[in-house]
Amino acid sequence: MSNIAMFHAQTAPNPFRGGAPDQLITKATPTALASADYANATVRGWRRENGRVGVRNHVVILPLDDLSNAACEAVAAHVKGTMALPHAYGRLQFGEDLEIHFRTLIGIGSNPNVAAVVVIGIEDQWTNRVVEGIAKTGKPVVGFGIELNGDIATVAKASYEAKRFVQWANELPQEDCPLSDLWISTKCGESDTTTGLSSCPTVGNMYDKLIPHGIYGVFGETSEITGAEHLCKERAATPEVAEKWFKMWKSYQDDVIEAHKTDDLSDSQPTKGNIAGGLTTIEEKALGNLEKIGRECRYIDALEPAEAPAKGPGLYYMDTSSAAAECVTLMAAAGYVIHTFPTGQGNVIGNPIVPVIKISGNPRTIRTMGEHIDVDVSGVLRREMTIPEAGDALIDMIVRTANGRLTAAESLGHREFVMTKLYRSA
Amino acid sequence: MSAPQLLVHEKKDTVGVVVVEGLKAGTDMLCVVTHDNSAFHLTSKMDVPIGHKVALADIKAGDTIWKYGQDIGIAKADIAKGEHVHVHNAKTKRW
Repeated sequence: MSNIAMFHAQTAPNPFRGGAPDQLITKATPTALASADYANATVRGWRRENGRVGVRNHVVILPLDDLSNAACEAVAAHVKGTMALPHAYGRLQFGEDLEIHFRTLIGIGSNPNVAAVVVIGIEDQWTNRVVEGIAKTGKPVVGFGIELNGDIATVAKASYEAKRFVQWANELPQEDCPLSDLWISTKCGESDTTTGLSSCPTVGNMYDKLIPHGIYGVFGETSEITGAEHLCKERAATPEVAEKWFKMWKSYQDDVIEAHKTDDLSDSQPTKGNIAGGLTTIEEKALGNLEKIGRECRYIDALEPAEAPAKGPGLYYMDTSSAAAECVTLMAAAGYVIHTFPTGQGNVIGNPIVPVIKISGNPRTIRTMGEHIDVDVSGVLRREMTIPEAGDALIDMIVRTANGRLTAAESLGHREFVMTKLYRSA
Repeated sequence: MSAPQLLVHEKKDTVGVVVVEGLKAGTDMLCVVTHDNSAFHLTSKMDVPIGHKVALADIKAGDTIWKYGQDIGIAKADIAKGEHVHVHNAKTKRW
């Protein structure tokens, strides 16, 4: 009897049939949606104390360091509607790593998708530095040190504040905000040859349409530009920006690959997943990756990891790892509120505070793991859908996401929050 | 136009990408160049997985392989028109 039941369980067709119609979009539907009129399109957002617009309303319990994760998770378990962001580092960071650490934590707390923050750290001084950094945005933030208090007293005190914050945040009104108030980042993952043909140019088309209307964009992945560096350099807005960018790219080649290699980059780029998907060389991968910045856009600055853009609306480059969770975390820390993520073989990444919209054109990925995909552009490969139509479908999904639709990653609980670390701890 | 089996980025390219699952050797493939929507036919000499590349012409060992109208690497062996192009017969020139 039980053998028969097992037999059925293993051979029954997978009941997933490609998602609800709502989830898998095959055609752009521009009527009455954003893509009909980018200039006048609006989203329902929260305008924060500093004027920036958020599309989520999180109350974050933020650990300064690895040791404070337990207390933060205890507060978040106790006070409903709050979210802890545990991470692996914090003690004995040094030099550039210390700067990236503070920029990332202060940036995540300052992100407009966050309404209020409770910071918990092992000691007061660095905890206060994060609190003061976030306080510059004008949003509510409070910090607690564990030393001389212990976890239990700290969790109790922090829980009172967290409860106050969450009740306050839940009554904050949303307002109609122009699409141009959105900061939209991009990075691709589990790439294959279909990303360069469909999902990456879809993001590029979105940027070509929305950057002229005043949004902020950003792309990065320094190691993964290798192979298309000549083309990336040409896309800088000025010769000065091109040189600044090239120095970043070159220093990765010299300081990381040459100085510390046990092999060349070829065992890591392309990845084994990329190769399974048909990508053969790093040049081929880089050329597909660069399709994300479209045909018209020029990047106006090259940012340090987690550095907030400061030259006004436009496309930016950020010096990031090509590892998905590190890269998206750095872009969230720079203030971006929505992430667009093309994938070929099917990357499942999310971020705790930024909705990550997945776009795929690979029909096998749509068939086998469609629950992770928000925008299906496989019609581009069948020549049923043009890149401009795919770009419109993405813009419509950006608007729906800003208006509250949970992304696949959000609904599946993906909250990858990964600090970038350059060197050994002190 | 019916759905193509192979897409090519640029006219200059010497490889195209299989965009359907389960492509069998001997298939008369409809191929489309995405840059200008022009079409041609090519017979696949092998079973090639979705996302993998096929040679559009005979490629000699040492020849540059072109995709996106750009140099993506070098052939490690002779590759006949219609054959699978991947890490077994192509590599980057960089390392």
